[in-house]
Amino acid sequence: MHLATYVGLLHGGEGTLADAYDMIRAGHAEEKEVARTCRLLAAQCREHVAMLAPIVERYGEHHETAPERLHADTLPSTRTGGVGLLRDLQDLLLLATLVDCTWTAVYQAAQALRDHGLIAAVRSCQPETKIQLAWLTTQLKAAAPQALLVAK
Amino acid sequence: MGGREMTDRIADIWGVRTPHAPQQPWPVRVDTMLDAGVSEATVSWVPSVCVLCSNGCGCEIAVADGRMVGIRGRDVDRVNHGRLGPKGLYGWQAANSPDRLTRPLVRRDGVLTESTWDEAMALITDTSRRLLAESGPLSHGFYSTGQMFIEEYYTLGVIGKAGLGTPHMDGNTRLCTATAAAAFKENFGSDGQPGSYTDLDVTDAIFLYGHNMAETQTVLWARILDRLAAPNPPVLVCVDPRRSNVADAAEVHLPIRPGTNMALLNGLIQQLIELDAVDHDWVAAHTIGYDDLARTVAAYPLDKVADICGVPAADIRRAAEIFATAPSVMSTVLQGVYQSNQATASACQVNNLHLLRGLIGRPGSGLLQMNGQPTAQNNRETGAGGDLPGFRNWDNPEHIEQLARLWNVDPLKIPHWAESTHAMQIFRYAEQGSIRLLWIVGTNPAVSMPDLARIRRILADERLFVIVQDCFPTETTALADVVLPAAMWGERTGTCTNVDRTVHLSDKAVDPPGQARSDLDIFCDYAKRMDLRDRDGNPLIGWHDAEGAFAAWRECTRGRPCDYTGISYEQLRGGGVQWPCNDAHPDGTERLYTDGVFPTAADECETYGHDLLTGAGVSPQQYALLDPAGRAILKTAHYQPVDPTSGDYPLALTTGRTVYHFHTRTKTGRARQLNDAAPGPWIEVSTADATQLGLAEGDLALVETENGAVRLPVRVGRGRPGTVFIPFHYGTWDDSDELPRAANELTDTVWDPVSKQPQFKLAAARITRLGPGAQPTPAPANTASAPAKPEPSLAAGAGGPRNGGA
Repeated sequence: MHLATYVGLLHGGEGTLADAYDMIRAGHAEEKEVARTCRLLAAQCREHVAMLAPIVERYGEHHETAPERLHADTLPSTRTGGVGLLRDLQDLLLLATLVDCTWTAVYQAAQALRDHGLIAAVRSCQPETKIQLAWLTTQLKAAAPQALLVAK
Repeated sequence: MGGREMTDRIADIWGVRTPHAPQQPWPVRVDTMLDAGVSEATVSWVPSVCVLCSNGCGCEIAVADGRMVGIRGRDVDRVNHGRLGPKGLYGWQAANSPDRLTRPLVRRDGVLTESTWDEAMALITDTSRRLLAESGPLSHGFYSTGQMFIEEYYTLGVIGKAGLGTPHMDGNTRLCTATAAAAFKENFGSDGQPGSYTDLDVTDAIFLYGHNMAETQTVLWARILDRLAAPNPPVLVCVDPRRSNVADAAEVHLPIRPGTNMALLNGLIQQLIELDAVDHDWVAAHTIGYDDLARTVAAYPLDKVADICGVPAADIRRAAEIFATAPSVMSTVLQGVYQSNQATASACQVNNLHLLRGLIGRPGSGLLQMNGQPTAQNNRETGAGGDLPGFRNWDNPEHIEQLARLWNVDPLKIPHWAESTHAMQIFRYAEQGSIRLLWIVGTNPAVSMPDLARIRRILADERLFVIVQDCFPTETTALADVVLPAAMWGERTGTCTNVDRTVHLSDKAVDPPGQARSDLDIFCDYAKRMDLRDRDGNPLIGWHDAEGAFAAWRECTRGRPCDYTGISYEQLRGGGVQWPCNDAHPDGTERLYTDGVFPTAADECETYGHDLLTGAGVSPQQYALLDPAGRAILKTAHYQPVDPTSGDYPLALTTGRTVYHFHTRTKTGRARQLNDAAPGPWIEVSTADATQLGLAEGDLALVETENGAVRLPVRVGRGRPGTVFIPFHYGTWDDSDELPRAANELTDTVWDPVSKQPQFKLAAARITRLGPGAQPTPAPANTASAPAKPEPSLAAGAGGPRNGGA
């Protein structure tokens, strides 16, 4: 059974995403709305990590470490300026997308397992991940023209 | 006949009572002021509307020998029935002030120098063309106001959106009214004030959330006072950390901890459900989202909410019982919600409360999500600010097509790839150097924006070409590259719309001084000099005067919720008319949503909405799945605690408007009576905090936050312990003290994730006593700033006690 791999991917992915939000918040402190919402979303990801604790206990977690395997890397650092912010938002989008589709896969398995606890966890967390994606997309769409056409 | 003998609105802010019971009309009481020595027989009266608060009182300007010499309230006007407040009665005198801007100014060798219109406009258009060639329209930003007329806003909106093609247009309406619009859009699908002031004449209960109506809309408050003085008065509930006159009149006062509106409102909804007061049939027929709402608010039981908000549970319960049982309820909301934590989410909960009982669109039941300024509604309607004209949806291609056809431009010319850029982001782009031309119209960001040190730095940056169009020299014109002298109210013709959708016409009464020109003429001149054309090569702006601009605007509103097609200048000269006014409603419309049908249909709505916690946009596809189809949308979010206070900065600082002044006092500071009544700023401290800090009434104190410091005299007032207050009106133009005194030296650059309205109501501060003051604290004693211990020597409205240690 490979569920442990996906539980590990999810557990690690939410933690990595939380760290990434924190990093963007600190690196783009002058982008007030981005920084403020990143603080909120980092806390949200950490709540997801906490909600996964009993799941991890039940199924264990297996972490893929080989680079050719799928896993979420932390961001190395933040960039500067308008284009830098755009790129960093894209990195967050990629990480959040990975977390989102992992929730989807785990949800499918949870239904096949008839695991009410896991189903409840996904239903509680994944909608928030989807809103994170929508927020990042909203920010990206607003920021892109200025960053790509006129930013210094 | 001397005006001041007739009416005194300084000591007697709300005037004599004219009580009336429900169902009886509000009696007429005409307030008048004329310059000393002017006889009523020798003046002519020009119909207008007061623009010194958002109430929109109909008035007439007295003119003699080409000068404004007085004012009176208009008896037939539906808004005020003849009354005027302090600002309306005295503020007009600013027009005759000797320091009006009368010639264009151009910065030469670092100094603003008198110039000509030709030279100033040539400098503007040369710079504009150069930047358009170098970087395109995203190099241009416009920051306008809540003070212009429809005709001017609409012209500016067409220039920016169809002529230049920049999304960087917003108004200072972002600071005052953005949340009202945002909350309407989220719940009802579109902006549009649903209620009518006449609802106050018959309602059974009035809830005022963060709304010190007694000072911010004095004539509307007089309307309520007249109910309170008669049989069967309404019950009032007041949510405000300060002990305002509204709080004094309320049955329940909830002086909640700043920043906790959302917890209170989720708690009130939870109580409403617990009291089984939800009209489930109405909710099922006219709303979506009830189950999610009920699930979320279940996490806000009474005791928890009382603990978060710092008010007794019994008081919250009593407020909920009033809302649950009153046959009709009116709610009003203002900056205590809009400029605080979770602004839009909180304002939406006020809408939700009404939806849950179906208390909307019925006489006596409705909402006044107040505006901060007299014409703020029009900036929202016309597209000079962050919205598209006629409440159109930037994400709906058909709405963009409508505008493109109307303006005869390529749809792609109209920026609609995202929501328009909000004011705070416009200043951020200017700070980063990507916006290089900023045109500021009728507003004074160097006093009114948060974190003034930063705003000054941005405006002074040599990379930014700053145009400021105003009537007076201000803290902002001092930082401009070009200053354009503008005509004031009474010196130009135009229309505007107030909080209950009443459209008024303000006719030109006198000529502007010197070379000052109307905002409309200035915009038309820019469009002509820039040779802005439609796709057939015709001039983009096809009108030359106010009535022509109004005709163009009417066409733009055809079929939209704010339909003006039935309104004419001639009709407005007879008094205000409420939109929508069209063939179906030739006399206007008293209240919206009387049939419980809301403009949420996907092809009609102004927005597909947002997540209230983060501001994440809802996509067209998600909205189609929701399929509100005319039903209102119940939505909420969890309370997000923000407590900025810390060991270093232990006090919660709020800022706000007070009764004798408007904005940064460019007008009210130049009216003698108003200025004398409140000549300088102060800081209000509770008795408990004063004791702890060793502060006495009249002391001078240093107030600091992480952003700055000001020196202010102390008023030991009646506010909530731990919370202090500073009025936001006072800048530096009439201040000789070298130390700063503006409230916004202290505020932080933070805004609501949905409405993008800055958070002026929640900063963390500390106070240090500097010593005794040389003068009494100049705070009014007859309003929310009344001293904790009234003393016999205190003259109403005439500043503080004469015991300041001099």
